[in-house]
Amino acid sequence: MTDIFIIDGARTPFLKSRNRPGPFAASDLATAAGKVLLNRQPFAPDQLDEVILGAAAPSADEVNIGRVAALRMGCGQKVPAWTVMRNCASGMQAIDSAIANMLAGRSHLVLAGGVDALSRAPVLLSDRMVVWLSDFYAAKSFGQKAAAIAKLRPAMLAPVLGIVRGLTDPVVGLMMGQTAENLAYRFGITRSQMDEFSVASHRKVAQACDDGWMTSPRDGLPPEVVPVFDAKGALYADDDGMRRDSSMEGLAKLKPFFDRRYGNITAGNSSQVTDGAAWLVLASAQAVKEHGLVPIGRIVDSQWAGLDPAQMGLGPVHAATPILKRHGLALGDLDAWEINEAFAAQVLACIAAWQDDTYCREQLGLEGALGALPVDRLNVDGGAIALGHPVGASGARIVLHLLHVLKRTGGKRGMAAICIGGGLGGAMLVEAA
Amino acid sequence: MSPSATWRHFRLEYDADDILWLTLDRAGESTNTLSADVMDELSAILDDLKKNSVRGMIIRSGKASGFVAGADVAEFTAIATPEDAMTLVRRGWTTLGKLAELKFPTVALVQGFCMGGGLELALACRYRVAVDDPSTRFALPEVMLGIVPAWGGMQRLPKLVGPPAALDMMLTGKSIDAQRARRMGLVTAAVPERVMHNAARSMVLDPPPARALPFAQKLMLMPFARRFIANGARKQVAARASREHYPAPYSIIDHWERHDGDPFALPADDPASIASLVRHPTTANLIRIFGLQERMKTLGKASTFTARHVHVIGAGTMGGDIAAWCALRGLTVTLQDQDAARLAPAMARAAELFQRRLRDRLRVRDALDRLVPDTTGAGVRRADVIIEAIFEHLPTKQALFRDLEARARPGAILASNTSSLKLADIGAEMHDPSRLVGIHFFNPVAQLQLVEVVRGAATQQRWADDAAAFVRAIDKLPLPVADSPGFLVNRVLGPYLMAALRMVEEGVSPEALDRAATDFGMPMGPIELADVVGLDILVAAGRALSGDGGGVVPAKLVALVEAKKLGKKSGEGYYRWQAGKPVKQASAAASPAQLERMITPYIEEARKAVDEGIVADADLADAGLIFGTGFAPFRGGPLAYASQRVVSAS
Repeated sequence: MTDIFIIDGARTPFLKSRNRPGPFAASDLATAAGKVLLNRQPFAPDQLDEVILGAAAPSADEVNIGRVAALRMGCGQKVPAWTVMRNCASGMQAIDSAIANMLAGRSHLVLAGGVDALSRAPVLLSDRMVVWLSDFYAAKSFGQKAAAIAKLRPAMLAPVLGIVRGLTDPVVGLMMGQTAENLAYRFGITRSQMDEFSVASHRKVAQACDDGWMTSPRDGLPPEVVPVFDAKGALYADDDGMRRDSSMEGLAKLKPFFDRRYGNITAGNSSQVTDGAAWLVLASAQAVKEHGLVPIGRIVDSQWAGLDPAQMGLGPVHAATPILKRHGLALGDLDAWEINEAFAAQVLACIAAWQDDTYCREQLGLEGALGALPVDRLNVDGGAIALGHPVGASGARIVLHLLHVLKRTGGKRGMAAICIGGGLGGAMLVEAA
Repeated sequence: MSPSATWRHFRLEYDADDILWLTLDRAGESTNTLSADVMDELSAILDDLKKNSVRGMIIRSGKASGFVAGADVAEFTAIATPEDAMTLVRRGWTTLGKLAELKFPTVALVQGFCMGGGLELALACRYRVAVDDPSTRFALPEVMLGIVPAWGGMQRLPKLVGPPAALDMMLTGKSIDAQRARRMGLVTAAVPERVMHNAARSMVLDPPPARALPFAQKLMLMPFARRFIANGARKQVAARASREHYPAPYSIIDHWERHDGDPFALPADDPASIASLVRHPTTANLIRIFGLQERMKTLGKASTFTARHVHVIGAGTMGGDIAAWCALRGLTVTLQDQDAARLAPAMARAAELFQRRLRDRLRVRDALDRLVPDTTGAGVRRADVIIEAIFEHLPTKQALFRDLEARARPGAILASNTSSLKLADIGAEMHDPSRLVGIHFFNPVAQLQLVEVVRGAATQQRWADDAAAFVRAIDKLPLPVADSPGFLVNRVLGPYLMAALRMVEEGVSPEALDRAATDFGMPMGPIELADVVGLDILVAAGRALSGDGGGVVPAKLVALVEAKKLGKKSGEGYYRWQAGKPVKQASAAASPAQLERMITPYIEEARKAVDEGIVADADLADAGLIFGTGFAPFRGGPLAYASQRVVSAS
């Protein structure tokens, strides 16, 4: 098999949504991170074979956002660029699409990544309101207009939040948080276990920040997080979702958000609504040679898997297990794990599922439980609960960060896995150089 | 109609609708200008058209560079007498008058620049269609040469767009774009290139009604209102230049107010008449400077060097503003400093500059996208030009250039923006110091056109030529200078500032000195300038730059610096600064003798710089000091001023 090398990668700071449109559109974020990343490569941006960007919710004026970003980053008119969508794993899909084209020999040097600006998710009009507006604009005389106005009802003005729609499974009709409640119920995960996991996520991100692991060059790697400047020139240098004051007591006060009153999943033990972009430079052996590139690692294998949309949070289990089997690896054979933290309950459920005889036999076709994932190697620098989950970007971020962790810890192999709304899972096995 | 083979500068084509497409394509030139030849031909064509009418006429340019740049400056500069001037005025006035009187619809189809006489030609047409792209600019810049738009511009423009907008254009010479021209009524339509022919044709086939001025604007054309508006305009002009120094704007106002823009109405001995303007020394000085500007533009032509990517090291005021300027001019720019927080103020200033200059949302966005923050110096190995703008510390710069030399591309320009260190010293540690060149910008970068290109003793001419070509590519004026302390501009400013500061020491008020200097025509007085430059910088540079003053740094200057009163940047220096402005007491100007004590060192130092070969000749010294320090342009530069003074004294 052709080797797929990872040369470099960078992401923007992940910027928490403040319940209003954030300072950057998705293409702004993708451009800001990408131009800095491309500037530090020995090749020119127009030497890329293609640019692939994953995005779950680009805005109406960012059609084919991959192309928008490629042109804005200075890749030139001749570099093809496209956009992929696999919901929460769109960024990982971009990498996998790059791999596919590289394996087919169509591309040798690819910029792949993911982005979303969830703070700019659209606010929509209800269908009733759209019909009313249409009638109103059609009304010609004053009398007709007055009659139309008389039909307007306050309830019709209630906005439809695009983000809530986007995070609701269209087939089974459950909000993502409700699918995580399903898992908590199935594997008996308690509120305090979830909160504990979340406090740890914040603590680990804080530690990584204090140690400068995000924004400073180290271990022979350029910085993972690059500074971005908005249209007024204001600087955004750091992830801003992490809370140093996160505590069990604080989290205990939060009310369940998805299954109101009786549920366990709160805003505090879920990933945050966030804006961000992440990119990786991928190269074939030929491109490595041609441009004198120095790989930081390679992607050894990848896998997609489908499962019950109502249990979508177990996607990582379904996607990572076949890779482990193909390579004869046990859960503990990997030096580092990144499992995207959509919900604390969901990551804990993945760990539980691998230890569950019945689940492994019936759902994964194994002879019995796969075993215990060494939790001290899982998300060692925290995850989306503290950093946020800019949906399209997360899949690319965990692959990039996994390599940074392996380089830092001297580890060799690692797995990045992500759950995907709609009942899918994705996973990638990487090896540090 | 005569066969088109008769015409050298025009092409005549008739389409199926009997529309004449008249293409101006001046023979033997890359740019259309309205020389006597061209105007005579146009006049003959118009005479023919009076006899052989067509359905309509569309005038356009056959040059890719633009519509019409104006009158022929070479002819203009050759004018020896007021009579010659009036001949030139009459030729344009009469010919364009014929154009305006044609009975069929006439359209000027404008893409690219439309300046001076070119705009007056367009104004004589019934309609104007502008192609809406960034290259299209309209202006009446005559005032910058000390003359007036005398081919009907003073008459037609106020009636078309209203007196305030028209006076603003004529008195400032500022150019406007297609959209703005459409909004103010200067053009009938602003359209994309792809439909420009259809738009022009439709003006002939389906002529729109003439644009009516809004009522209020029409009122302003009434005699009593004219006086009121004219007086307001005079006050505004007076705030910038006196009538004695700069008669042209006053002449424009007088012509419009009293004679509806008729250039022949004023008797030759009237101070506002065109004959008087032509005799005035300011006009000769301004025309000479225009010529010098053109000469400096050619200094970038010795090399075909082109740059796509500029790397700037140091995001302070100078480095940040240089980076922003280059990005504004379309280059990819990496701006390097130690961390993102140090880049932030420069990014904010860049964002503001782009907003102010580009306005259009997408163009502002593209400029921001081209400006890449760089905290690791990664841009060095990709850049075509590397400009160092870090603090003035020799060992740091020496080490930096050693490192840059090893990492930069072989063809990349390695440049320092140093203002007080010698290039030869900075390059001392380099393996190949012949590669180091100085590219010295002036603050504020966006406003001052001059850039000194410094050639050190070791610098190879090839790199200096490349640097000058780069300076032209970012639309600045290159001035080749030798590697000597202060180069030209700072060296000349030093003794002038020190002379002024010494007089403050003697008890003369800063306000009086500044007032005398601005009355003389300087854009800013020397004491205010000292505060803007930074008093610490003056002390540091002072010993090297104070020239014949014996290197004595004024005690008050030293005391202020010790008290951390550094000028504008610290909020207090010789003045207290509030909201970016110095707090000044009302004051009369210092005496002529005191002014003399400031200006004389300025002139002396400029002369010495020429004698020592810092610049090639006195003309370039004058041009450098005008474009680099704003030395009163109407005085023609310090050396021209000095020699004119000698002549008038004898």
